[in-house]
Amino acid sequence: MADLYQVQDLHLSLADMTARPLMGAAPRIEILKGLSFSIPRGEVVGIVGGSGSGKSTLGRALVRLLQPSGGQVLFDGTDITHLTEAGLRPLRRRFQMIFQDPMSSLNPRHRVGTIIAEPLRLHRFDAIADRVARALDHVGLPAGFAARFPHELSGGQRQRVGIARAIALEPDFILADEIVSGLDVSSQAQVLNLLERLVRDLGLTLAFISHDLSVIRRLCQQTIVLHHGRIVENRPTAELFADPQDAYTRDLLDAIPLPDPAQRWL
Amino acid sequence: MSFLSIRNLSVRLRKGPPLLRAVSLEVAAAQVHGLVGESGAGKSMIGKAVLGILPPSVEVTGGEIWLDGVDLLRLPARVRRQKIGATCALIPQDPLTALNPSHRIGPQITDRLVDILGWTRADADARARDLLAEVQIADPDRVMRSYPHELSGGMRQRILIASAFAAEPKLIVADEPTTALDVTVQKQILKLIGGMQARHGTALLFVTHDLGVVSKVCQRLSVLYSGLVVEDTSVADFFAAPGHPYSAALLAATPKYTDPAAGLQPVPDAVIAAVRAEVAAFDAGGAHG
Amino acid sequence: MLDGRSMVRRRAGARLWLSALWLGLLCLAALLAPWVAPKDPLAQDLFLGRLPPFWVQGAEPGYWLGTDSLGRDVLSRIVHGARVALMVALVAGTVTCLVGATLGLLAGFLRGWVDMVISRLIDIWMAFPPVLFSILLIAVLGPGLWSIIIAIVVIDWTRFARVVRAEAMAQGAMDYVASARVAGRGRIGTMLREILPNVLPTIVVLLTLEMGIAVIVEAILSFVNLSISTDDPTWGGMISEGRTSIHQAWWVLVFPLVTLFLTVLSFSQLGEGLKDRFDPVLR
Repeated sequence: MADLYQVQDLHLSLADMTARPLMGAAPRIEILKGLSFSIPRGEVVGIVGGSGSGKSTLGRALVRLLQPSGGQVLFDGTDITHLTEAGLRPLRRRFQMIFQDPMSSLNPRHRVGTIIAEPLRLHRFDAIADRVARALDHVGLPAGFAARFPHELSGGQRQRVGIARAIALEPDFILADEIVSGLDVSSQAQVLNLLERLVRDLGLTLAFISHDLSVIRRLCQQTIVLHHGRIVENRPTAELFADPQDAYTRDLLDAIPLPDPAQRWL
Repeated sequence: MSFLSIRNLSVRLRKGPPLLRAVSLEVAAAQVHGLVGESGAGKSMIGKAVLGILPPSVEVTGGEIWLDGVDLLRLPARVRRQKIGATCALIPQDPLTALNPSHRIGPQITDRLVDILGWTRADADARARDLLAEVQIADPDRVMRSYPHELSGGMRQRILIASAFAAEPKLIVADEPTTALDVTVQKQILKLIGGMQARHGTALLFVTHDLGVVSKVCQRLSVLYSGLVVEDTSVADFFAAPGHPYSAALLAATPKYTDPAAGLQPVPDAVIAAVRAEVAAFDAGGAHG
Repeated sequence: MLDGRSMVRRRAGARLWLSALWLGLLCLAALLAPWVAPKDPLAQDLFLGRLPPFWVQGAEPGYWLGTDSLGRDVLSRIVHGARVALMVALVAGTVTCLVGATLGLLAGFLRGWVDMVISRLIDIWMAFPPVLFSILLIAVLGPGLWSIIIAIVVIDWTRFARVVRAEAMAQGAMDYVASARVAGRGRIGTMLREILPNVLPTIVVLLTLEMGIAVIVEAILSFVNLSISTDDPTWGGMISEGRTSIHQAWWVLVFPLVTLFLTVLSFSQLGEGLKDRFDPVLR
């Protein structure tokens, strides 16, 4: 199947805890309002939007950390929209996620080696120590780092551990949720270049969530722009940057400060 | 005559490694000076040293901080706090944690004016209302009666900016004020800060790791690596041709969507090694030139 | 480039060693009481009544801390009293911790109806006045060591449950928990593997605090004669007896009091010291 993901009319509502009445359930707010798109195998898709656009929610729906309230999500032909945890477990190793905050995405009480090995153990892989070493090697960290704790690493290194954990399972698909937003430029460049290389070498399909269009440009072939829970643009990246159709996309582009004092910006 | 003149400021963790290595820089009145570098380079630490809010685990080991003609480090603690309180302010990084969730917005802006600077409550409230209007908040009275959790991140940052300008400070330290914000909100906030800085004639020490932002807001900048200033120059000169290989590497790492082939280059190992050698040479006692 | 602040190390505290030393000594004394205590704690000899401690004029050799009004050796009674105190501390403390922490963990992590039931239970339970509750329990169960232990567990488990629940909720929001779910870990597995290690430092502090509280509760109950029914000495009982002769024989009250104080202090300091050891970030 050419498309790894096929999403049809996806709706997702979450309970609004701030408006919870004394008795009874909290009212639901609809975050995703009917999204339809597909992710071709082997491609990198960018999902862009401001805060409140629903991009993180969409990402979590794709890896089934959240259950959609309507519509359909097909992963490699299988309908995963309403599968139970038991039904999802065998599929879980095929779609993985890398998180935004390198501080809270690694358990501070586990060593790096344990963090990477955990999912391997859960899915009963063999030769775990070798796979851990290989994963560290893929992300450019020395094998000795397996003995370290997360607080002994810099932000960029922690993020690379998160990537190592995701690729160790040899997944088909990886969701990267704002993984460079908290990093400075040099760490950001390193991580993005690493992702580029891994996509190429391991044949991964990647969904890259960001609020910053400038990092999308090099990495993603296709870009989806979300605004208030709806898709406003879904086009090949080069076209999007050359000729943005939607006003919101133009706003996002204008908001990027290029490192050039001559740019008329403020 | 610079309003702020930092000379050879050295700071370290108590019984630990140095965090700032003989940092020197000058900020003229009403000028915006950028402090750039990776995380851990010490850029925030400089701002904190000027404002006298270094963490207790950190100590100053040498240097001078001349603010408006006085060396802050040679003053007794109380006098220093008064001087800083009267002339400086901070725009912090995280609008979520910078406001007290238990107090309404109004008092959080006016308390400082009334309790420390001796304004009347009426004057302070009027000032707060004016400032909130200046940062383009539509309904200042309602906002002043609200609690922080009832407002969005962008709104909170505007309040913090208004709060910083409340006592008409001569110097503001802006510590990564837009890092936690969305890219569209960032543009609005930067516009706001730039406008207010120009209107009130305030000097600004702007800490950031984003060179794009620097090119829009600052007139001069200092590039830091591991507590050492590796370049200190005007923004125009810097972006035309950065003087130091490390600065050039930072520029090459910054994404440029207009030219995807350029930008996003990781800093080469050779450049890192060279700048580390500079730091080592400094520590060994070599003169920093 | 690494942040210099991550390179700071903390020294193992003196308080950890001192408190561990005292408690270790106490444990040894309690275990070996029949052999270590110089005299029989129950032996009365009215001719040797109210003898002062060894450094005061008129002391009798062999009775290091003096005797009480019935001629019983204070030091031996303190050593034997340690058996009761430590037994209550260790058993009551541990059981309370197990019950309370487990319920707190389940409530805080699983949320939903489990949390609702357990939280309501805690709220209702905590509404009973504790002193009244414990006296009622003892009246029903009859005096004795096990009654005291049960009473402490029944009353104090809510302390653990509340705090551990809050911590578990905070940890549950962390991205590494979501990561475990994405990796395919089940809920109970995640709770034990990801949440529990991070809640452990708090549990350790609470446990040692609880042990100190158990010692005090036992002392209070034996002070009012609601503790063990035999003649075996207890610190609270000694303090109670020592009250009447405080002017003539201050040592009968002071020494058990000081021992009680040092023991409770040691428990709390032990907890503080251990907490830091358990936390890899601070190690």
